[in-house]
Order: sequence, then C-alpha cells, then structure tokens
Amino acid sequence: MRTSTTGRVGQYAALLGYLVFLAFPFLWLVSTAFKSPRELGSLHPTWIPRHPTLDNFRQAFDEQPLLRAAGNSLLAALAAAVIAVLIATPLAYVMARRRTRLAKAATGWVVVSQAFPLVLVIIPLFLVLKELRLINSLAGLVMVYVVWALPFALWMLVGYVRAVPTELEEAAAVDGAGRLRTLVSVTAPLLAPGIVATALFAFITAWNEFFFALVLLKTPEKQTLPVVLTHFIGAEGVADLGPLAAAAFLATLPSLIIFAIIQRRITGGMLAGAVKS
Amino acid sequence: MRARWIVVLALLLAGCTGTPDSDGDPVTLRFQSLAWQEESVEANKELVKEWNATHPHVKVEYVQGSWDSVHDQLLTSFEGGEAPDIIHDASDDLADFAYGGYLADLSDLLPGRLKSDIPQRSWDTATFGDGVYGVPFLQEPRVLIANARWLKESGVRVPTPEHPWSWAEFRRITDQLSGAGKYGVAWPLKEPVSATLNLSLSAGGQLFHRGDDGKVTIRFEQADQTVPRTIHDQANTDHSASPTTLGGGGSDTLPGFFGGKYAMVPLGFSYRQQIAQQAPKGFRWQVLPAPAGADGLTQGVSPQTLSVAEDSPHKKEAAAFIDFLLQPENMVRLALGDWMLPTGTAALEDPALHTAKDGWATGTALAAHLRSAPAQSVRGYPEWKDKVATPAFQEYYSGAIGLGELRKRLEEDGNLVLARYQR
Repeated sequence: MRTSTTGRVGQYAALLGYLVFLAFPFLWLVSTAFKSPRELGSLHPTWIPRHPTLDNFRQAFDEQPLLRAAGNSLLAALAAAVIAVLIATPLAYVMARRRTRLAKAATGWVVVSQAFPLVLVIIPLFLVLKELRLINSLAGLVMVYVVWALPFALWMLVGYVRAVPTELEEAAAVDGAGRLRTLVSVTAPLLAPGIVATALFAFITAWNEFFFALVLLKTPEKQTLPVVLTHFIGAEGVADLGPLAAAAFLATLPSLIIFAIIQRRITGGMLAGAVKS
Repeated sequence: MRARWIVVLALLLAGCTGTPDSDGDPVTLRFQSLAWQEESVEANKELVKEWNATHPHVKVEYVQGSWDSVHDQLLTSFEGGEAPDIIHDASDDLADFAYGGYLADLSDLLPGRLKSDIPQRSWDTATFGDGVYGVPFLQEPRVLIANARWLKESGVRVPTPEHPWSWAEFRRITDQLSGAGKYGVAWPLKEPVSATLNLSLSAGGQLFHRGDDGKVTIRFEQADQTVPRTIHDQANTDHSASPTTLGGGGSDTLPGFFGGKYAMVPLGFSYRQQIAQQAPKGFRWQVLPAPAGADGLTQGVSPQTLSVAEDSPHKKEAAAFIDFLLQPENMVRLALGDWMLPTGTAALEDPALHTAKDGWATGTALAAHLRSAPAQSVRGYPEWKDKVATPAFQEYYSGAIGLGELRKRLEEDGNLVLARYQR
C-alpha cells in the first residue's frame, strides 16, 4: 500500500513536471506580450509583468495587418482540414479493410513521402501552381496544404479504422443494413474521434505553416499569419520582442480555442462496451 | 497623311508623359522590401507613396518581405519567373543569384549621380565578375556599446574614431574593468564567423586569398589570429569576457548589460534602437569604435542592397525607382529608420547623422573604414561557414580546442569544401 501511494505521488509529480515543461513557453510568451520594453531588458525577469501594458498589442496591430492575416490563415487552415478529411476518410477505410498489396504499397509510400524536405518539392510545386494560375491564391495554398497533410492524415485514419471492430459492421449487415448504411450509421460515428483528431492535425499543420505561404503568396493582402509574424524579425534574427510576443500570443489563440472545444470529442472511450467479448 | 501625324503626335505624347506598357496601361513594379522596424517600414511606404504620386505611369507596389528564409523565397520566385521587380536583400546573399543569372546587371541602368555618390568600396560588395548586381545603400559597422558611467568611473581612456583602442589595449582595459562577477566585455558570438572575419580586417586579416588562376584558398595567417586570440584570451585566460554570452545573440546580452554585469558589448550599429528603447531610466550608454589593428579601423560589412530581377520587363523603370529611393535626402530617411549608416557620401553629410545623440557621430566617422566583407564573393562560403568555421570558432572560443587545431580545421577542412565549388 505504502509503495503504491509513493508510486502514485511520483506519477503525479512527473505529470506535473511534464505539464510545467509544456506550459512554460506559452506562459512566458503571455508574460512577454504584456511587458514594457524596459522590463523586457531587465536582468531580473519576472513572471508577472510589474507594469503590464497593452502597448505591444497596439504596436503589433499598428505595424502589421494581423486581423487580415489571421482571416487568411483561418480560411486556409479550415479548408485544408475539411478537404483533407473528406479525401482521407474513404481512402483510409479502403486501406484498412482491404489488405491488398496495393494498400500495403500505398502505406509504404505514405511513410516515405514524409521524409521529403520542403526545399526539394517547392520549386516543382511552384511551377505546377504557376501553370494552374494558382500562385498568390489561397486556393493554391489550400491545395498544397491538403496534399501535404494527406499522407499523415491517411496514416492516422487507417489506425482509427482498424480499431473499429469488423464484427460491428458484420452485425449491422446481419440486421439488414446495406453497405452505405453500415458505413454512415455504424462506422462513421465510431470513427468520429479519429476524424476530429485528424482534422485538428491538418488544421494545426496548415495554421502554423510558414514556408509554402511565404513562397506562394505574393501580395500583402493574401499573406497568412506565420508570414506576417516574421515581419517583426530583422536581419540576423534580431526581433522586436514585445510586439512579436503579442502577435504570437494572438496567433496561438485559435488553436487553443478549437482544442478546448473539441478535446472531449478526441478523447477515446466511444468504443468502450461496443462489443461483448 | 494627317492620320500619320496624329499617330506620331500620340507616340510623342506617350513618351513625354511616362513609360506606359505597350497596351497603354501604367507599368506596375513590385518592390519587395525587407524593412522591419516600425520607422523603417514607415519611411519605405512613404517613399513609395511619394513616387506613385509623382509618377502616374510607373506605379510601385510595396510588398513586405521577410529576412527569414529570404534566400529560398527569392530562389523559388526566380525559378518560377515570379520574382519581384525590385529586390531588397543583403550583399552577401547576392553572389548565387548574380552568378545564376537571376539579377540584372545594373552597370548601364543606373544614373551617373548614384554611381558617383556611392564609393567604390561599397560597390565592391555588390560587384560579381564584371557586373554590378545590387545598389548597396545601408550598412552597419560593429561598434562597442559601453556603460558610460562605469567607463568614466574606472578612469580608463575612452577611445574615439581618431584615437581608437588597439586590440592589445582593449584586452588590457577589459581585464582592468573585470572582477567580482562583472566582466569588461560580453561577446555575443552566436554567429562567430562573420563577426570574427569582419573585425579581423582591422588587423590586416584576409583569410581568403585569391590566386592568379582566380581560385580562392584559405590561409589562417598571423594577421588573422589577432581578433580570435583576443576574444579567446579574454574568455579563457583573463576571464574578462563573460563565458555565458559566447553562444548567444546580441539581444541576449542586453539584460546583463543594463544590469551592470558587463561594461561593454560589441554589437551592430543598429542595435542602438533596442538599447534606446529598453535601457532603464538613468542608464547612460555610449558608442565606441571597435578596436583598431595594423589596418586601423577597417572592418568588413555586407550592406543592404537593392537589385532588379533579370526577368523584369521594366528594368529601366525599376532602376529609376531605385535612383529615386536613394536620393540623398531619401537615403537619410531610410538610414534613420533603420538606425544604420547610408552608403552615399552626400547622405552621410546630413547633420542628422552627425549628432552625438545615440552615438550617430561615432558611427558616421567609421563609414570611410568599411570594406567589403572578406567572404563576400567566395563561392562555397556558406557551406564552409556552417560546416567548418562555425563549430571550429565556437570550440576555440569556449576553450575546447587550441589555435593549432583551429587553424588546421579552417585551412584543411575549409579548403576541401572550397575546392568542390572551384573545379
């Protein structure tokens, strides 16, 4: 009993340590966003700003079109997430349920494709999009994000599909449900957490993406938030720290809000008790 | 007959009123600027607005670029035929683009006024082969930012551009200022290669030597050793340089500087903006020239440049815009916005750049000593810097290796890298 209590305390301590480790950069970012320039240059940094100010936010908004950029990012990321999930879900189902050589080869290709560095693909991609007249277009960027997110989305969803017991689909078939009805009424609801998690992955990948957006979008009206954030950084990495922190803090909010809203949907447990063993 | 006269008259009128496109539409030029500080962005945008107000047939569109990944972004744009017409970059980034045929040779496009206003030593930074591929317009020397009160109370001789410290004197003074957890200097050497090489010019260091066959070899000679030895000895022998800042950037040293831990910090001239903004009330700071060696105050710089894309169909118009942007009074506005020095001799004479406030006068006095950075046109330099020189200098400054090992790595490993680019 004593060992068990000690072990549990150790587990909680480790968990707490991990949470602090994860939260530290974000909390420091929030603290920095509210500090005055003089406090930023202090030798004795404080967690809570001594003289909290909104000047960094004002300056960030004055200097850069943050709202417009956030709108562009949101549009691109949402579209990429929805399209990636719409394409990946049926493909993942086929790959999970039909274990043919083709499906295995496709899985292998998915893994290999993750190893390509961006700089290797960017020039051919740029030329293709130029031919399609999709340079400097959010539609072109969404297309790239979907292609970029698809392999991993597919990989994730294949795992989720495999976790859905085939016995459930067979039971539905015995009860007279057709193929489509089984997929829509039985499989899809059980896949929901996986679909949400995959959509979230695609959304965050697109929301944070910098290099494609930097290269493919030409005019200020189209630029996304990560590109605009770099406008607070000068040559050799010198940064206007206060406004940069304020803008970066705002840039993390949509992801946090979306996580907060749907985190319960991602949590497992929906399959619990679905099948009697 | 009358119709022909009308056509001729129309063409003449078109010629007088500007240079519209062949279909009569106004020309639109895209100007990608890397200005990032509030005042600098403002100055650029204002100048674009002024140009557009006076040139209805050549409209300039301001595009905000980013220093982060600018090389890859431009390379992709060049390859895809979508590059901006006017390109803002740093001269040490231009070599690949110039040799790759992506940038227009500006030799015959720029007016005599601009050519003669900028000294040849600055043009050298953007000259590759026989062509000029960028107009160098802003530059910054490395200076010593000092805690003025500390220096005054210590009684040491305060250097001026006329009577700078020698490297030996600098070492002696930092030693004198150190003690009780305080350091005479904090070197921010996250990027040790360009800092070392550029400052080494003051002692006559060249490192890169071009032979008669045009090929470059690396020789780490006596003159190249002055600056690295000083830094190494300050950090490892005298303990007059803070060991913790050696791996950090310039901004990382500022809290310690403001907090009275370091008497001096060697920084780029433009860092004054951050210092002016962040220094605690009552903190007195001053700008000192970097130490001088056998070649005086000479140091290497890679100025900011404006180039024209080779693919641009409106090179003449783009060059005219650059000429407008770099009129002396406009160059001063850009320099003040970026807290840097203009390259133009007329702009350098502006009284605003000669005030004692914020150390402008000291920096301006250094302008005549700035030369092209030694590695400017050496192909293979980026790989040598990242794979060979950066780790070698970092290990040397931290005391992990000695001068012999540093020389061996810079020369032997370095020449192997350069040889691959010069076959």
